[in-house]
Amino acid sequence: MNIWVYIDHFKGSVLPISWEAVGVAKSLGATVTGLVLGTGVDSVTQQAFEYGADAVLMSDDPALTDFRAEVFASTISSMEAESPDAIFLPTSMRGRELAALLAIDLKTGVLVDVTSVELSGDMLVVTRPIYSGKIFQKETCTSKPQIVTLRGRAFPKPTPTAGKTGEVKKVAAKPEAITNVEGYTASEGGVSLTDAGVIVSGGRGVSNNPSLQPPAGLDEKAAEIWRAQQGFRLVGDLASVLGAAMGASRAAVDAGYVPYSHQVGQTGKVVSPDLYIACGISGAIQHLAGMRTSKVIVAINKDADAPIFKLARYGVVGDLFVILPELTEAFKKKLGK
Amino acid sequence: MKIVACVKQVPDTAAKVAVDNGKVAWGDAPLVINPWDEYAVEAALQMKEAQGGTVTAVTIGGPSSADALKHALAMGCDDAVHINDPALAVLDTQAAARVLAAAVKKIDGVDLVFFGKEAVDGNSGLVASQAARLLGFASLTLASVVKFDNGALRVERATDDGRQVVTAKPPAVLSIAKDYGDPRYPSFMGIRKASKAVIPTWTLADLGIAAPVPVISTLEILNPPSREVNCEIIAGTPGEAAENLVEKILEEKVL
Repeated sequence: MNIWVYIDHFKGSVLPISWEAVGVAKSLGATVTGLVLGTGVDSVTQQAFEYGADAVLMSDDPALTDFRAEVFASTISSMEAESPDAIFLPTSMRGRELAALLAIDLKTGVLVDVTSVELSGDMLVVTRPIYSGKIFQKETCTSKPQIVTLRGRAFPKPTPTAGKTGEVKKVAAKPEAITNVEGYTASEGGVSLTDAGVIVSGGRGVSNNPSLQPPAGLDEKAAEIWRAQQGFRLVGDLASVLGAAMGASRAAVDAGYVPYSHQVGQTGKVVSPDLYIACGISGAIQHLAGMRTSKVIVAINKDADAPIFKLARYGVVGDLFVILPELTEAFKKKLGK
Repeated sequence: MKIVACVKQVPDTAAKVAVDNGKVAWGDAPLVINPWDEYAVEAALQMKEAQGGTVTAVTIGGPSSADALKHALAMGCDDAVHINDPALAVLDTQAAARVLAAAVKKIDGVDLVFFGKEAVDGNSGLVASQAARLLGFASLTLASVVKFDNGALRVERATDDGRQVVTAKPPAVLSIAKDYGDPRYPSFMGIRKASKAVIPTWTLADLGIAAPVPVISTLEILNPPSREVNCEIIAGTPGEAAENLVEKILEEKVL
């Protein structure tokens, strides 16, 4: 079985899901070919071999400097004669768009955001969450190549073997473009939610500190946001001690406490860290859908009946404004920070 | 400017969805316009308000789906098209994209096609890009800022590593992300107008295409893997609780 794996990178920095995808393909016993597109991608190619690729199809061309789905898809589709059985991509923004276009070019379908892959004869059968994880669906793609996008952190990351090499085949880019990338602005910094091993999240409860006296002259809404910002500072303090990403519930985002990029849940990001600490989040069904696959969930909430405790491994019932600073101090001490 | 907004009818996101007899069931929860598609309609309407033209809402689905179109009309769309054909009962994303691309061609002269980020039932997020590829239009997904100047679109979109600014000439397909800004509520006048609207129904024959063949086959619908958790409540003074919690978390070896 031949599986191609799209190695998703931004200016040479590879999304870890790409390596997880290489690991899955190897575990199925497939011959794995990495697809490396961009400019100056020798280091990405070398890493692809080290993480397990047997061969690499490389296209190094100025037309591939910026990600443009139509150019990348045409370049990959032009290698169709090599006829892989499956093409794996990360469920990233780029991976999803590329998968969509490839399925049209290659007259096949996409199995999206899968969390498990098995082999049935020579066909892949996958399981994936639908309805934001409230339901799972087992499905297959009846035509080849089967295109699969894999959810990040759902599969183990393989251990790289330093110095491993393999055959590199160079492919010409198909540079015809209908979009033009004018530029980028980098992320606001901090750890990305979807890659994070630990997430500390805050909800509506984070604005509820009655002992705080907002500065004079703020109207009611501004005072609420000011309170929430003091609360989110505590969430952020714990996150920075743990090297964690900061998340938020929809209620907190809609109330204007933190930007949308932090939202976890059905209409935000679906995350699956090893540790998820929910502070002042009651646990609306839409929020739970976005974090229920976290390995260990900890809930801090003053309402003992909050639904979040049904999903949590550990809970503290109490005032987060008192508990969070204590928790941050206790971690600092234990972790020697 | 001729604009199309594609919408889908889905179960309300607050519905308690479960597996019943091997099928997805959502009890008596209402069917609503896909919440992400409201952002698509909003972006389409703002483009029309800035540039002039018309917005046509399009959906594929059975008789009840007309309600999703009525919502779009009540928000301010000029007209709507309901694609309803028994041969379209089972669709995957590429099949849906083929039907919608055929509708865009039939409407003729379309400059921009707006989609939501994804449907809250299937969570695929593929149809916009697939329709773009079939039509030969530019694909601009997950847009949070959409501008049109001097005949070109300028779109800001969140990527995995930051934000990208992309330009393209129409015709184009866009999908709209939540940070575009909140969609408007239907106005009273809009609701009255929508309730009286006569929405044309198109079949595959009207579109002049054969039923596209789905290639994704569903084998089984499953409940999510159950989480057997017993929540251990850590008691004590805040200081004690914090120290005990740290011990427990360190024992889990998740740091």
